[in-house]
Amino acid sequence: MASKRKKKSAGDGAVTVVVMRLYVAGRAPNSVKAIANLEAICRQHLKDNYRLEIVDVCEHPRRALDDGVLVTPSLSMLSPSPGAIVIGNLSDTSSVLAAMGITTTIQ
Amino acid sequence: MAKSAPRQVLQKSLTGIKGFDEISLGGLPRNRTTLVMGGPGTGKSVFALQSLVGAASKHKQPGIFVAFEENIDAIFANAAAFDWRLQALARNRLFFMNAQLSPAFVATGDFDLGGMLAMLEAKQLEIGAQWVVFDGIDVLLSLLRTPRAKMREIYRLRDWLTRRELTSIITTKIDVEGTGTDVANYGFMQFMVDCVVRFDRRIEQGIPVRRLEISKYRGSSFAPGEFPLSFGPHGMAVASPGATDIAQEASTERVSTGFAGLDEMLGGGLFRGSSTLITGAPGTSKTTLAGLFTESACRRGERALFVSFDEGGERVRRNLKSVGIQLDPHIKSGMLQMYSGRTDTINPEEHLIRIATLIAEHKPRCMVIDPLSAISRTGALSSARAIGNRLIYKLRDHHITAVITALVEGKDASAEATELQISTIADNWIQLSYLVCGGERNRALTIVKSRGTRHSNQVRELVLSDSGLALSDVYSSGGDVLMGTLRWEKEAEERARAVIRETESSLKRRELQFAEADTSARIAALQLDLERQRAALELNTRTDAARHVSSGEQLTELRRLRGGNGDEALAPKAKLRTTRAAKRGGNGHSTERVRRG
Repeated sequence: MASKRKKKSAGDGAVTVVVMRLYVAGRAPNSVKAIANLEAICRQHLKDNYRLEIVDVCEHPRRALDDGVLVTPSLSMLSPSPGAIVIGNLSDTSSVLAAMGITTTIQ
Repeated sequence: MAKSAPRQVLQKSLTGIKGFDEISLGGLPRNRTTLVMGGPGTGKSVFALQSLVGAASKHKQPGIFVAFEENIDAIFANAAAFDWRLQALARNRLFFMNAQLSPAFVATGDFDLGGMLAMLEAKQLEIGAQWVVFDGIDVLLSLLRTPRAKMREIYRLRDWLTRRELTSIITTKIDVEGTGTDVANYGFMQFMVDCVVRFDRRIEQGIPVRRLEISKYRGSSFAPGEFPLSFGPHGMAVASPGATDIAQEASTERVSTGFAGLDEMLGGGLFRGSSTLITGAPGTSKTTLAGLFTESACRRGERALFVSFDEGGERVRRNLKSVGIQLDPHIKSGMLQMYSGRTDTINPEEHLIRIATLIAEHKPRCMVIDPLSAISRTGALSSARAIGNRLIYKLRDHHITAVITALVEGKDASAEATELQISTIADNWIQLSYLVCGGERNRALTIVKSRGTRHSNQVRELVLSDSGLALSDVYSSGGDVLMGTLRWEKEAEERARAVIRETESSLKRRELQFAEADTSARIAALQLDLERQRAALELNTRTDAARHVSSGEQLTELRRLRGGNGDEALAPKAKLRTTRAAKRGGNGHSTERVRRG
């Protein structure tokens, strides 16, 4: 909570928008879990300041290949920390937040 | 039951890896999974990639290579050492998937391979892949936290591979100690797959030796045991002794050893395409014999290859020049090529590959390896043996007449047999040795064996002089071959004895001649005596007859004078007495004559 507030004040009202892409494999358990976990994190920490694209690798395998996806679920950060990748069902909120560039740990 | 029957027929796909297709009796199980295990740097990835390349280039079977461990650029750079033309294949038949996780990744929670397999499936359909390689699956599995998760993903992979009917190779590292929980998983993986190939790399006497072993092959037999690996211009090759049929045609053409005396002992020379082992202690002229053989080959216009270990070609030529063997002109004319290799730093396998390349390029008809024992001295013995065998078989395959020397230390001449064990494969075995006798060391040459030839089984003395080599005539005395000054002494002694024998016999001859003359003379004398006696007898007979006639005339005269007729009673009596006297002859006659007289 503290970090968010701090960020907002530093940006002088300008909102940091987190852009990310989540690759999932259909209705596989880990993929379903990842979507649920990520949505919860976004709701709780990002309000509306995020853009999330969910790509089903089973439906768009060529695109996933081109994007260099390996395992599913896999979260790829495009902004503000491009290149960061979080793999797994995103059960560890603090790791996900860190990857999003939200540096301050949640107390 | 009937349904499962067709599955029993195991089909195989050739890997194109020299030697491996032989020991696996046809390659890897088609549409099944092979697990390739081994420590780092053992050749797992090369094996997997080469199989893929072989299938793609030789059988036009597309394939996918999933690289978990190395990045694609590194794989291409490594493969550039081989003549695979990987870039060209990657354009149409091979697909490389970079499956390395970026260093920036963060793992939170469980994940799976579902997405990756979906992508590979799409790619398989796109290029029609029949092969797939998962190189370094252990890297991926290590990201999974729990053993259960690892097992689950292995199952997922297995099911996917089965469903997709792919011939697949999964490589995985194992640490040599075999510690940690991973061992259980690899045990499980071994159970899951149809074929397991283990790779191993060990340092033996300072030189790395790589081997592979098929430890499991469901539904198929295979050659058991560990087989040495080597890496050459075409990639990996597996030593598979005995895998190729021994079907070389046996030549009856004779090739000179360049040494007339030895040719004679061998019944006319070496058979074309045969291999000859020359063993001996240091300084027994092994290299000189090899040099003579090389020189004569070049003089006949046959290309030759001289492989010298631990001694440079120039030194070899200089040393041979000192015994009158000139190799320099043949180097200049291109008939002769020399290869020198150090055995303390270079793996015997490397030498074998280099020699094989030279054979392919230079196409020699005659070849020397001097000394082969060098590879066993500094390298690993077991692999040196295998290399010795393979080398000889290779030479035979190319129908190259070869002379191979081997150093034998110590007194035991049979030591070679236990060392490199090539004496059993070689066609001929010539043994050079020092015989210490009478305070001298002399070189001796024995033909231990010579296949298909009636060879001399005698030990001969090898005499080295400025004019070259010569084999001295065998000099045996009381079952021992004599050499050096002993031989000289013995010869001188024999010569003296011969003179005495000659003298003695001429004396005897004269004695006999004298005896013969004496006897003849006696016979002549007796003959003369006999003739004299016969003459005497004749004379006597005539005298008797004359006397008879005269006495008969006297009687007739008497009767006439008396006018009577009683002479018949007297005349036959006289006649009878004369006949008896003639019969007795000799002394009797003279006695009678004397008596009568």
